[in-house]
Amino acid sequence: MPHNLPETELHNPQSAKPPLDPHLKALENEAIHIFREVAAEFERPVMLYSIGKDSSVLLHLARKAFYPGRVPFPLLHVNTGWKFAEMIAFRNEIVERYDLDLIEHVNPRGAAENVTPFTHGSALYTDIMKTEALRQALDAGQFDAAFGGARRDEEASRAKERIYSFRTPDHRWDPRNQRPELWNVYNGMIRKGESVRAFPLSNWTEVDIWRYIQAEEIPIVPLYFAEKRPIVERDGMMILAEDPRLELLPGETKREEVIRFRTLGCFPLTGAIRSNATTLDDIISELETATVSERQGRAIDRDQSGSMEKKKREGYF
Amino acid sequence: MTAPATANAVEHVAAGEVLAFPAQEPARATRDSRPLRLITCGSVDDGKSTLIGRLLWDTKAVKEDQAATLQRDSSGKQNDLGLPDFALLLDGLQAEREQGITIDVAYRYFSTDKRSFIVADTPGHEQYTRNMATGASTADLAVLLVDARVGLLEQTRRHATIATLMGIKQFVLAVNKIDLTDYDRARFEEISHEFRELALSLGVRQVTAIPVSALKGENVVYDGSASMPWYDGPTLIEVLELATTRSAQTVGFRLPVQRVSRPGESFRGYQGTVAGGSVKPGDSVVILPSGMVANVTKIVTFDLVRNAAVAGDAITLVLDRQVDVSRGDMIVAIDSQPLTGLSFDAQLVALQAEGIQPGKRYWLKSGSRRQRVQVQPASQLDLKTGKWNQADQLPMNAIGKVHLAFDEQAIFDTYEQNRTTGAFILIDPDTNNTVAGGMITAKRSALGGIHTEDARVILSLPADLADKLMATELFAGRREEAEVRRVSAGKAIEIIDDIDG
Repeated sequence: MPHNLPETELHNPQSAKPPLDPHLKALENEAIHIFREVAAEFERPVMLYSIGKDSSVLLHLARKAFYPGRVPFPLLHVNTGWKFAEMIAFRNEIVERYDLDLIEHVNPRGAAENVTPFTHGSALYTDIMKTEALRQALDAGQFDAAFGGARRDEEASRAKERIYSFRTPDHRWDPRNQRPELWNVYNGMIRKGESVRAFPLSNWTEVDIWRYIQAEEIPIVPLYFAEKRPIVERDGMMILAEDPRLELLPGETKREEVIRFRTLGCFPLTGAIRSNATTLDDIISELETATVSERQGRAIDRDQSGSMEKKKREGYF
Repeated sequence: MTAPATANAVEHVAAGEVLAFPAQEPARATRDSRPLRLITCGSVDDGKSTLIGRLLWDTKAVKEDQAATLQRDSSGKQNDLGLPDFALLLDGLQAEREQGITIDVAYRYFSTDKRSFIVADTPGHEQYTRNMATGASTADLAVLLVDARVGLLEQTRRHATIATLMGIKQFVLAVNKIDLTDYDRARFEEISHEFRELALSLGVRQVTAIPVSALKGENVVYDGSASMPWYDGPTLIEVLELATTRSAQTVGFRLPVQRVSRPGESFRGYQGTVAGGSVKPGDSVVILPSGMVANVTKIVTFDLVRNAAVAGDAITLVLDRQVDVSRGDMIVAIDSQPLTGLSFDAQLVALQAEGIQPGKRYWLKSGSRRQRVQVQPASQLDLKTGKWNQADQLPMNAIGKVHLAFDEQAIFDTYEQNRTTGAFILIDPDTNNTVAGGMITAKRSALGGIHTEDARVILSLPADLADKLMATELFAGRREEAEVRRVSAGKAIEIIDDIDG
């Protein structure tokens, strides 16, 4: 698509929104600054796109950062094959609507060996279909910088991660030996094979994400909104029971509940919450009175204390 | 307690004396401010992690599942109030939990109805000066923590000095564990008085001292008047809600160019974050280092073509003529330009084990500009005494003064005038690691200064005037260049008469 914009079209028609509050504006400015800096300093950046709410905000910020130009790097979706069907449909629509370059990667070994969360357990499955798959895709694309939507408020080990997070050629993170990061001056110097994960949303909290989605009218996957859906209860989680590959175990029954998801990942590993929040206003007020954190619904975080740090050291996002 | 001490104390306790708190309820507004960035500093056992844990807990930033994980991790280590060990909230890395110490800067987030906060929690150990400098580089305010039973330590002076050097101008002194002194008012007043003297000597005027029990949650988020009826000042959270964010920079418009946007033949825009001042269509600007002049025609953002942009805004600027602009250039106000030259003076903090070697060539990155520089250390700050001693190399954690020599024109403001265009990092070309964070103090002219390195200007002033001068921000950065002698007003007149004579 040519970007020969006549001057009159520079005024974006969807701009009749009220100005952002200063808090969100400051976070937005910081994220745009990081996007531009990485795009300018690295040869082959890529944006990790997981289709969730944080990715949706990240993508919106990327479009803002490079406007009136196109987003100057591809999106990478590491697909495990077990994402919610609605996520994939949403992804395809967004890619088309915003004229984006999408790279989809599925671990061929995992696919060939039929690695599933049911047969291999959540830990091994995640290791092969996410961690190993991500490494494969980054190596194949020879990407030297990868944007991610991680936030420091999500998990204890992330609280200490830099905005430019250095990775060795085999994608390892050394939490004890991170480069100091002062002011907003980022050190993007690396050797061949090394890479940086860049986190423009580092300083955002979950509530910020939702407020921003509301203020900027950013499209998100409908699974975030409450609706009556079929579920089955397993390991203390309510799992969406829509995919024909989900086999009920002895004693399990399918039933309908009004539920929504606070985070989205692989459907067999993502627990729903009971909620009546059908609008962004509902979600935000639900969050403000929430007594549990968003990662509570994620099976992969529960293995042990420090499990995320361990996964990250091994190259998990 | 003696009478004068009491009078003095009342003055301090009537509190927030400098921050000028409104006597009545503060204007109630919802999220009307930018997030406040703060740093917490204290020695190992001052209870810093407990204080931050308390802030997170009482502002409901900690959720039940996180608390459950905490309870599990801290089994047997709960405090006597049956609350989890708050310190574990912050020590996120495995090594830290195992060793029970904080080894890196952690960032934490919480908010009240009035504002949101980003806390840089930094280690107290002496060997982690570099982490404190990192946390302080973006902070608007520093919370210094002392143990009420112990009082100020060498560490307190060290932390206050580093915070001041990094440009922080608002301090809160949290006199913690006040419950363990039986809420001893005199003890609190003694410590706050001593700290005010220290702050004044560093040129910091905005100081609030608060008696606190982080463990019991007194004067942190909830007020502690039940235990301390004698204290009528603000709680910690009240001070934080009213503190100012980094004020708009005083110098003119600055736009370090991050990238040039050319999506098609008809559009050419310069993208970057405004680092000072403001800009509007029609303004005349200069592109540095080339010196070419142009006028601003448009400020483009995704949402709309804007009428103006101010410091902090990420924008795309369109100029009225074809000029050669590339990444690393700076677009600046024509009537208020930064310093350009090949030689500058700076202060820096050495961040890595190799220290800073004399004559070695490093990469310097400031804003979006990266260039080669040769660094010559001149002196090192003795954090115990506050004196600068001559030095020709700087070990890790040292704070030093250096001369910077560039091959190509460099563009800076002084750090005092602009915390963005006056700041830089040094990168070791051998390791690619960040080895120093630095702040520009002055441009070096070819002729040198009016006085040599060790000579000092002697200022003889009436005592009250001397105190005022010592407390000015302008003077803070040049303290070591002058010796201030306090004399009586009469003596001062005599001196002036002699000079005029």
